[in-house]
Amino acid sequence: MKVHLPNSAFLGNINAFLKLIDTSNPDVLEITSNNKWISVHPVVLCIVASLGLEVRSRKKEASIQCEKFTATSKHYFERMGLFSFLQLDSEMEITKHESAGRFIPLTQIIDSPSLLRFIEDMIPLLHLEEKNVEPIKYIISELVRNVLEHSESKNGAIVSAQYYIKSNTIRIGIVDSGVGISKTIRKSHIAPTDLDAIRLALTPGITGTTSREGGTDYNAGAGLFFTKSIAKINRDFFVLYSGNTLYKLLREKNKDKVILYSDPLDDKHTKDAGLPHWLGTVVGIDIDLTETEEFVTLLDGIRKIYTTSVRERKKAKYKKPTFIWTK
Amino acid sequence: MDKIILFPLVGSFAENKDKARDIRINEIIPILEKGQNLILDFENIDSITQSFAHALISDLIRNYGIDVLDRISFANCNKTVSKILEIVVDYMQ
Repeated sequence: MKVHLPNSAFLGNINAFLKLIDTSNPDVLEITSNNKWISVHPVVLCIVASLGLEVRSRKKEASIQCEKFTATSKHYFERMGLFSFLQLDSEMEITKHESAGRFIPLTQIIDSPSLLRFIEDMIPLLHLEEKNVEPIKYIISELVRNVLEHSESKNGAIVSAQYYIKSNTIRIGIVDSGVGISKTIRKSHIAPTDLDAIRLALTPGITGTTSREGGTDYNAGAGLFFTKSIAKINRDFFVLYSGNTLYKLLREKNKDKVILYSDPLDDKHTKDAGLPHWLGTVVGIDIDLTETEEFVTLLDGIRKIYTTSVRERKKAKYKKPTFIWTK
Repeated sequence: MDKIILFPLVGSFAENKDKARDIRINEIIPILEKGQNLILDFENIDSITQSFAHALISDLIRNYGIDVLDRISFANCNKTVSKILEIVVDYMQ
Protein backbone atom coordinates (compact mmCIF):
# COMPACT_ATOMS: atom_id res chain seq x y z
CA MET A 1 0.00 0.00 0.00
CA LYS A 2 1.12 3.54 -0.62
CA VAL A 3 0.00 6.85 0.75
CA HIS A 4 1.31 10.34 0.08
CA LEU A 5 0.89 13.24 2.51
CA PRO A 6 0.44 16.26 0.26
CA ASN A 7 0.99 19.93 0.78
CA SER A 8 -2.66 20.36 1.74
CA ALA A 9 -5.52 17.93 2.37
CA PHE A 10 -8.64 19.17 4.14
CA LEU A 11 -12.25 18.16 3.63
CA GLY A 12 -12.73 20.63 0.78
CA ASN A 13 -9.89 19.16 -1.28
CA ILE A 14 -9.51 15.67 0.21
CA ASN A 15 -10.40 13.86 -3.04
CA ALA A 16 -6.94 14.39 -4.49
CA PHE A 17 -5.31 12.79 -1.42
CA LEU A 18 -7.70 9.84 -1.45
CA LYS A 19 -7.20 9.22 -5.18
CA LEU A 20 -3.50 8.59 -4.59
CA ILE A 21 -3.96 5.90 -1.92
CA ASP A 22 -2.69 2.64 -3.36
CA THR A 23 -4.20 -0.34 -1.57
CA SER A 24 -2.35 -3.04 -3.54
CA ASN A 25 0.18 -5.20 -1.65
CA PRO A 26 -1.43 -5.00 1.81
CA ASP A 27 1.71 -6.40 3.51
CA VAL A 28 3.71 -3.21 2.97
CA LEU A 29 2.91 0.43 3.61
CA GLU A 30 5.00 3.13 1.96
CA ILE A 31 4.51 6.66 3.24
CA THR A 32 5.82 9.62 1.31
CA SER A 33 5.23 13.30 1.90
CA ASN A 34 5.55 16.75 0.43
CA ASN A 35 9.07 17.89 1.13
CA LYS A 36 8.29 21.55 1.83
CA TRP A 37 5.09 21.88 3.86
CA ILE A 38 2.35 19.47 4.90
CA SER A 39 -0.94 20.67 6.31
CA VAL A 40 -3.67 18.06 6.64
CA HIS A 41 -7.03 17.40 8.31
CA PRO A 42 -6.95 14.99 11.28
CA VAL A 43 -8.95 12.50 9.21
CA VAL A 44 -5.93 12.18 6.92
CA LEU A 45 -3.77 11.21 9.89
CA CYS A 46 -6.42 8.70 10.95
CA ILE A 47 -6.37 7.15 7.47
CA VAL A 48 -2.57 6.77 7.50
CA ALA A 49 -2.63 5.37 11.05
CA SER A 50 -5.39 2.95 10.12
CA LEU A 51 -3.43 1.69 7.11
CA GLY A 52 -0.40 1.23 9.37
CA LEU A 53 -2.40 -0.77 11.92
CA GLU A 54 -3.85 -2.88 9.14
CA VAL A 55 -0.39 -3.74 7.83
CA ARG A 56 0.91 -4.47 11.34
CA SER A 57 -2.04 -6.72 12.14
CA ARG A 58 -1.48 -8.77 8.97
CA LYS A 59 2.18 -9.51 9.54
CA LYS A 60 4.29 -9.75 12.67
CA GLU A 61 7.30 -8.21 11.00
CA ALA A 62 5.28 -5.62 9.14
CA SER A 63 6.99 -3.42 6.69
CA ILE A 64 6.13 0.24 7.03
CA GLN A 65 8.49 2.35 5.00
CA CYS A 66 8.26 6.00 5.84
CA GLU A 67 10.32 8.42 3.84
CA LYS A 68 12.12 10.85 6.14
CA PHE A 69 9.95 13.94 6.56
CA THR A 70 11.72 17.09 5.47
CA ALA A 71 8.79 19.51 5.50
CA THR A 72 9.01 22.41 7.92
CA SER A 73 5.73 21.27 9.49
CA LYS A 74 7.02 17.73 10.14
CA HIS A 75 6.92 18.17 13.95
CA TYR A 76 3.15 18.36 13.78
CA PHE A 77 3.02 14.68 12.84
CA GLU A 78 5.24 13.74 15.76
CA ARG A 79 3.02 15.64 18.19
CA MET A 80 -0.14 14.14 16.74
CA GLY A 81 1.38 10.73 17.49
CA LEU A 82 1.64 9.44 13.94
CA PHE A 83 5.11 7.93 14.26
CA SER A 84 4.51 6.30 17.62
CA PHE A 85 1.24 4.94 16.27
CA LEU A 86 3.13 3.36 13.38
CA GLN A 87 5.92 2.25 15.74
CA LEU A 88 8.46 4.25 13.76
CA ASP A 89 11.33 6.35 15.01
CA SER A 90 10.81 9.83 13.62
CA GLU A 91 14.33 10.87 14.67
CA MET A 92 12.78 14.17 15.74
CA GLU A 93 13.60 15.94 18.96
CA ILE A 94 10.66 18.13 19.89
CA THR A 95 9.79 20.28 22.83
CA LYS A 96 6.31 19.27 23.91
CA HIS A 97 4.08 22.31 24.33
CA GLU A 98 0.97 22.45 26.46
CA SER A 99 -1.61 20.75 24.28
CA ALA A 100 -4.69 22.25 25.91
CA GLY A 101 -6.95 23.97 23.43
CA ARG A 102 -5.16 22.59 20.44
CA PHE A 103 -5.43 18.93 19.50
CA ILE A 104 -6.31 15.39 20.35
CA PRO A 105 -3.55 13.09 19.13
CA LEU A 106 -4.28 9.89 17.26
CA THR A 107 -6.14 7.53 19.58
CA GLN A 108 -7.30 3.97 19.08
CA ILE A 109 -10.66 3.17 20.68
CA ILE A 110 -11.44 -0.51 20.91
CA ASP A 111 -14.31 -0.79 23.38
CA SER A 112 -17.00 1.04 25.29
CA PRO A 113 -14.91 1.90 28.40
CA SER A 114 -12.10 3.32 26.26
CA LEU A 115 -14.67 5.43 24.38
CA LEU A 116 -15.99 6.92 27.62
CA ARG A 117 -12.44 7.59 28.86
CA PHE A 118 -11.62 9.26 25.54
CA ILE A 119 -14.68 11.53 25.73
CA GLU A 120 -13.87 12.51 29.32
CA ASP A 121 -10.20 13.22 28.50
CA MET A 122 -10.96 14.99 25.25
CA ILE A 123 -13.08 17.83 26.62
CA PRO A 124 -10.43 19.44 28.88
CA LEU A 125 -7.91 19.14 26.02
CA LEU A 126 -10.11 21.19 23.74
CA HIS A 127 -10.97 23.91 26.29
CA LEU A 128 -14.35 24.62 24.75
CA GLU A 129 -17.41 26.54 25.83
CA GLU A 130 -20.28 24.34 27.04
CA LYS A 131 -22.40 25.07 23.94
CA ASN A 132 -19.60 23.72 21.75
CA VAL A 133 -18.85 20.68 23.88
CA GLU A 134 -22.23 19.01 23.49
CA PRO A 135 -22.28 18.44 19.72
CA ILE A 136 -18.65 17.28 19.74
CA LYS A 137 -19.22 14.74 22.50
CA TYR A 138 -22.35 13.66 20.73
CA ILE A 139 -20.69 13.15 17.36
CA ILE A 140 -17.72 11.24 18.77
CA SER A 141 -19.93 8.97 20.86
CA GLU A 142 -22.37 8.12 18.10
CA LEU A 143 -19.77 7.59 15.40
CA VAL A 144 -17.36 5.55 17.48
CA ARG A 145 -20.24 3.39 18.75
CA ASN A 146 -21.16 2.78 15.10
CA VAL A 147 -17.64 1.50 14.54
CA LEU A 148 -17.62 -0.68 17.65
CA GLU A 149 -21.03 -2.20 16.85
CA HIS A 150 -21.16 -2.50 13.11
CA SER A 151 -17.72 -2.30 11.53
CA GLU A 152 -16.30 -5.65 12.73
CA SER A 153 -12.95 -3.84 12.74
CA LYS A 154 -10.36 -5.68 14.78
CA ASN A 155 -8.53 -2.40 15.28
CA GLY A 156 -11.56 -0.46 16.54
CA ALA A 157 -11.81 3.22 15.67
CA ILE A 158 -8.94 5.62 15.08
CA VAL A 159 -9.84 9.13 16.21
CA SER A 160 -8.07 12.46 16.09
CA ALA A 161 -9.08 16.12 16.33
CA GLN A 162 -7.50 19.52 16.02
CA TYR A 163 -8.57 23.03 16.91
CA TYR A 164 -7.59 25.68 14.34
CA ILE A 165 -7.32 29.09 15.89
CA LYS A 166 -7.42 31.08 12.65
CA SER A 167 -10.72 29.62 11.48
CA ASN A 168 -12.00 28.91 15.03
CA THR A 169 -12.83 25.41 13.85
CA ILE A 170 -12.59 21.92 15.34
CA ARG A 171 -11.76 19.26 12.76
CA ILE A 172 -12.44 15.65 13.65
CA GLY A 173 -11.55 12.38 11.95
CA ILE A 174 -12.94 8.93 12.78
CA VAL A 175 -11.70 5.99 10.72
CA ASP A 176 -12.01 2.23 10.79
CA SER A 177 -10.77 -0.60 8.63
CA GLY A 178 -13.76 -2.88 9.11
CA VAL A 179 -16.31 -4.23 6.64
CA GLY A 180 -17.57 -0.87 5.36
CA ILE A 181 -21.02 0.62 4.96
CA SER A 182 -22.16 -1.48 1.99
CA LYS A 183 -21.71 -4.82 3.76
CA THR A 184 -23.47 -3.54 6.88
CA ILE A 185 -26.41 -1.97 5.04
CA ARG A 186 -26.86 -4.93 2.66
CA LYS A 187 -27.68 -7.20 5.60
CA SER A 188 -31.17 -5.68 5.56
CA HIS A 189 -31.51 -3.45 2.49
CA ILE A 190 -30.91 -3.52 -1.24
CA ALA A 191 -27.93 -1.32 -2.11
CA PRO A 192 -26.29 -2.24 -5.42
CA THR A 193 -23.56 0.42 -5.17
CA ASP A 194 -21.50 1.98 -2.40
CA LEU A 195 -23.31 5.25 -3.05
CA ASP A 196 -26.69 3.53 -2.57
CA ALA A 197 -25.43 2.14 0.75
CA ILE A 198 -24.04 5.50 1.89
CA ARG A 199 -27.32 7.17 0.94
CA LEU A 200 -29.29 4.67 3.03
CA ALA A 201 -26.85 4.93 5.95
CA LEU A 202 -27.38 8.70 6.02
CA THR A 203 -31.16 8.42 5.86
CA PRO A 204 -32.90 8.74 9.25
CA GLY A 205 -34.34 5.54 10.66
CA ILE A 206 -32.44 3.15 8.38
CA THR A 207 -30.05 0.68 9.96
CA GLY A 208 -28.27 -2.36 8.64
CA THR A 209 -29.57 -4.42 11.54
CA THR A 210 -33.18 -4.56 10.32
CA SER A 211 -35.40 -3.57 7.42
CA ARG A 212 -38.07 -2.49 9.92
CA GLU A 213 -38.85 1.23 10.17
CA GLY A 214 -37.63 2.69 13.44
CA GLY A 215 -34.90 0.09 13.81
CA THR A 216 -34.54 -2.55 16.49
CA ASP A 217 -34.66 -2.12 20.26
CA TYR A 218 -30.93 -1.38 20.10
CA ASN A 219 -30.38 0.43 16.78
CA ALA A 220 -32.40 3.28 15.34
CA GLY A 221 -30.25 4.18 12.34
CA ALA A 222 -29.81 7.76 13.43
CA GLY A 223 -26.13 8.31 14.28
CA LEU A 224 -24.89 9.32 10.84
CA PHE A 225 -28.01 11.37 10.08
CA PHE A 226 -27.59 13.32 13.32
CA THR A 227 -23.92 13.94 12.58
CA LYS A 228 -24.57 15.10 9.05
CA SER A 229 -27.39 17.32 10.32
CA ILE A 230 -25.16 18.90 12.97
CA ALA A 231 -22.66 19.73 10.23
CA LYS A 232 -25.37 21.04 7.92
CA ILE A 233 -27.05 23.29 10.48
CA ASN A 234 -23.65 24.70 11.41
CA ARG A 235 -22.78 25.12 7.69
CA ASP A 236 -19.77 22.84 7.93
CA PHE A 237 -18.15 20.13 5.83
CA PHE A 238 -18.94 16.49 6.47
CA VAL A 239 -17.44 13.60 4.50
CA LEU A 240 -18.24 9.91 4.47
CA TYR A 241 -15.99 7.55 2.50
CA SER A 242 -16.52 3.82 2.24
CA GLY A 243 -15.91 1.32 -0.54
CA ASN A 244 -15.02 3.31 -3.62
CA THR A 245 -17.30 6.25 -2.86
CA LEU A 246 -16.90 9.57 -1.10
CA TYR A 247 -19.97 11.58 -0.12
CA LYS A 248 -19.20 15.17 0.78
CA LEU A 249 -21.68 17.58 2.34
CA LEU A 250 -20.71 21.03 1.12
CA ARG A 251 -20.79 24.16 3.22
CA GLU A 252 -23.93 26.28 2.93
CA LYS A 253 -23.49 29.97 2.34
CA ASN A 254 -24.25 32.05 5.39
CA LYS A 255 -27.09 33.92 3.75
CA ASP A 256 -28.93 30.72 2.80
CA LYS A 257 -31.58 29.38 5.16
CA VAL A 258 -30.53 25.88 6.17
CA ILE A 259 -33.06 23.17 5.37
CA LEU A 260 -32.52 19.61 6.56
CA TYR A 261 -33.40 16.77 4.21
CA SER A 262 -33.85 13.11 4.95
CA ASP A 263 -32.31 12.15 1.60
CA PRO A 264 -28.62 13.12 1.66
CA LEU A 265 -28.68 13.51 -2.12
CA ASP A 266 -31.04 16.48 -1.66
CA ASP A 267 -28.35 18.28 0.35
CA LYS A 268 -25.76 20.41 -1.38
CA HIS A 269 -23.09 17.76 -1.89
CA THR A 270 -20.56 16.15 -4.17
CA LYS A 271 -19.96 12.46 -4.69
CA ASP A 272 -17.03 10.60 -6.14
CA ALA A 273 -17.48 6.92 -6.90
CA GLY A 274 -14.12 6.39 -8.54
CA LEU A 275 -11.83 6.30 -5.53
CA PRO A 276 -9.55 3.51 -4.31
CA HIS A 277 -11.53 0.92 -2.36
CA TRP A 278 -11.55 1.65 1.38
CA LEU A 279 -12.54 -1.50 3.24
CA GLY A 280 -13.90 0.29 6.30
CA THR A 281 -15.42 3.71 6.81
CA VAL A 282 -13.91 7.18 6.98
CA VAL A 283 -15.77 10.11 8.56
CA GLY A 284 -14.46 13.66 8.64
CA ILE A 285 -16.27 16.67 10.02
CA ASP A 286 -15.51 20.34 10.63
CA ILE A 287 -17.27 22.33 13.32
CA ASP A 288 -16.95 26.08 13.03
CA LEU A 289 -17.27 27.31 16.60
CA THR A 290 -18.21 30.83 15.51
CA GLU A 291 -21.30 29.53 13.74
CA THR A 292 -22.26 26.80 16.20
CA GLU A 293 -25.97 26.75 16.94
CA GLU A 294 -27.16 25.97 20.44
CA PHE A 295 -27.47 22.21 20.64
CA VAL A 296 -31.14 22.34 21.65
CA THR A 297 -31.99 24.54 18.65
CA LEU A 298 -30.21 22.08 16.48
CA LEU A 299 -32.19 19.19 17.98
CA ASP A 300 -35.45 20.96 17.16
CA GLY A 301 -34.54 20.99 13.48
CA ILE A 302 -33.44 17.37 13.54
CA ARG A 303 -36.58 16.25 15.36
CA LYS A 304 -38.85 17.73 12.75
CA ILE A 305 -37.24 16.15 9.71
CA TYR A 306 -36.47 12.85 11.43
CA THR A 307 -40.02 12.27 12.58
CA THR A 308 -41.56 13.36 9.28
CA SER A 309 -39.21 11.15 7.32
CA VAL A 310 -39.81 7.98 9.37
CA ARG A 311 -43.59 8.55 9.38
CA GLU A 312 -43.72 9.10 5.63
CA ARG A 313 -41.83 5.89 5.00
CA LYS A 314 -44.08 3.98 7.38
CA LYS A 315 -47.10 5.43 5.58
CA ALA A 316 -45.68 4.47 2.19
CA LYS A 317 -45.30 0.87 3.38
CA TYR A 318 -48.78 0.79 4.94
CA LYS A 319 -50.86 -1.81 3.16
CA LYS A 320 -54.61 -1.96 2.80
CA PRO A 321 -56.59 -5.07 1.85
CA THR A 322 -57.58 -5.27 -1.80
CA PHE A 323 -61.30 -5.98 -2.38
CA ILE A 324 -62.39 -7.25 -5.77
CA TRP A 325 -65.66 -8.51 -7.28
CA THR A 326 -65.39 -11.59 -9.42
CA LYS A 327 -69.06 -11.79 -10.36
CA MET B 1 -44.43 4.68 42.40
CA ASP B 2 -40.97 3.23 41.74
CA LYS B 3 -38.14 5.54 40.83
CA ILE B 4 -34.98 4.73 38.86
CA ILE B 5 -32.21 7.25 39.44
CA LEU B 6 -30.11 7.13 36.30
CA PHE B 7 -27.07 9.25 37.15
CA PRO B 8 -25.28 6.63 39.32
CA LEU B 9 -25.87 4.08 36.57
CA VAL B 10 -24.87 6.07 33.49
CA GLY B 11 -22.97 9.21 34.54
CA SER B 12 -23.50 12.79 33.41
CA PHE B 13 -23.17 11.99 29.69
CA ALA B 14 -25.52 9.09 29.09
CA GLU B 15 -24.26 7.54 25.88
CA ASN B 16 -23.71 3.87 26.70
CA LYS B 17 -26.58 2.05 25.04
CA ASP B 18 -25.56 -1.29 26.54
CA LYS B 19 -26.30 0.22 29.93
CA ALA B 20 -29.55 1.69 28.61
CA ARG B 21 -30.66 -1.72 27.40
CA ASP B 22 -29.69 -3.32 30.74
CA ILE B 23 -31.70 -0.72 32.64
CA ARG B 24 -34.69 -1.31 30.39
CA ILE B 25 -34.57 -5.09 30.69
CA ASN B 26 -33.53 -5.46 34.31
CA GLU B 27 -35.18 -2.47 35.96
CA ILE B 28 -37.91 -0.86 33.89
CA ILE B 29 -39.66 -3.91 32.46
CA PRO B 30 -39.97 -5.75 35.82
CA ILE B 31 -41.70 -2.66 37.28
CA LEU B 32 -44.08 -2.40 34.34
CA GLU B 33 -44.76 -6.13 34.44
CA LYS B 34 -45.84 -5.76 38.07
CA GLY B 35 -48.41 -3.26 36.84
CA GLN B 36 -46.72 -0.36 38.59
CA ASN B 37 -45.86 3.07 37.27
CA LEU B 38 -42.35 4.51 37.42
CA ILE B 39 -40.26 7.63 37.38
CA LEU B 40 -37.05 7.79 35.35
CA ASP B 41 -34.98 10.41 37.12
CA PHE B 42 -32.43 12.24 34.94
CA GLU B 43 -31.13 14.54 37.68
CA ASN B 44 -27.44 15.48 37.17
CA ILE B 45 -27.45 14.10 33.65
CA ASP B 46 -26.18 16.84 31.35
CA SER B 47 -26.73 15.12 28.05
CA ILE B 48 -27.86 11.88 26.44
CA THR B 49 -27.47 10.52 22.95
CA GLN B 50 -30.35 9.48 20.76
CA SER B 51 -28.89 5.95 20.73
CA PHE B 52 -29.06 5.84 24.51
CA ALA B 53 -32.64 7.13 24.61
CA HIS B 54 -33.64 4.70 21.87
CA ALA B 55 -32.15 1.71 23.69
CA LEU B 56 -33.86 2.86 26.89
CA ILE B 57 -37.43 3.43 25.75
CA SER B 58 -38.13 2.55 22.10
CA ASP B 59 -38.86 -1.10 22.76
CA LEU B 60 -41.18 -0.21 25.62
CA ILE B 61 -43.30 1.82 23.21
CA ARG B 62 -43.15 -0.92 20.60
CA ASN B 63 -44.12 -3.72 23.00
CA TYR B 64 -46.51 -1.99 25.42
CA GLY B 65 -47.93 0.57 22.98
CA ILE B 66 -47.71 4.33 23.21
CA ASP B 67 -49.92 4.32 26.32
CA VAL B 68 -46.90 3.09 28.26
CA LEU B 69 -45.95 6.77 28.41
CA ASP B 70 -48.90 7.27 30.78
CA ARG B 71 -47.05 4.99 33.19
CA ILE B 72 -43.58 6.51 32.91
CA SER B 73 -42.61 9.99 34.09
CA PHE B 74 -39.33 11.56 33.04
CA ALA B 75 -38.08 13.64 35.95
CA ASN B 76 -35.51 16.44 36.14
CA CYS B 77 -34.66 16.48 32.44
CA ASN B 78 -32.76 19.48 31.14
CA LYS B 79 -33.57 20.88 27.68
CA THR B 80 -31.16 18.63 25.78
CA VAL B 81 -32.33 15.48 27.52
CA SER B 82 -36.01 16.28 27.04
CA LYS B 83 -35.51 17.17 23.35
CA ILE B 84 -33.79 13.86 22.64
CA LEU B 85 -36.43 11.87 24.50
CA GLU B 86 -39.09 13.71 22.50
CA ILE B 87 -37.38 12.77 19.23
CA VAL B 88 -37.45 9.08 20.14
CA VAL B 89 -41.06 9.21 21.32
CA ASP B 90 -42.04 11.07 18.14
CA TYR B 91 -40.55 8.64 15.67
CA MET B 92 -41.77 5.59 17.57
CA GLN B 93 -45.41 6.67 17.11
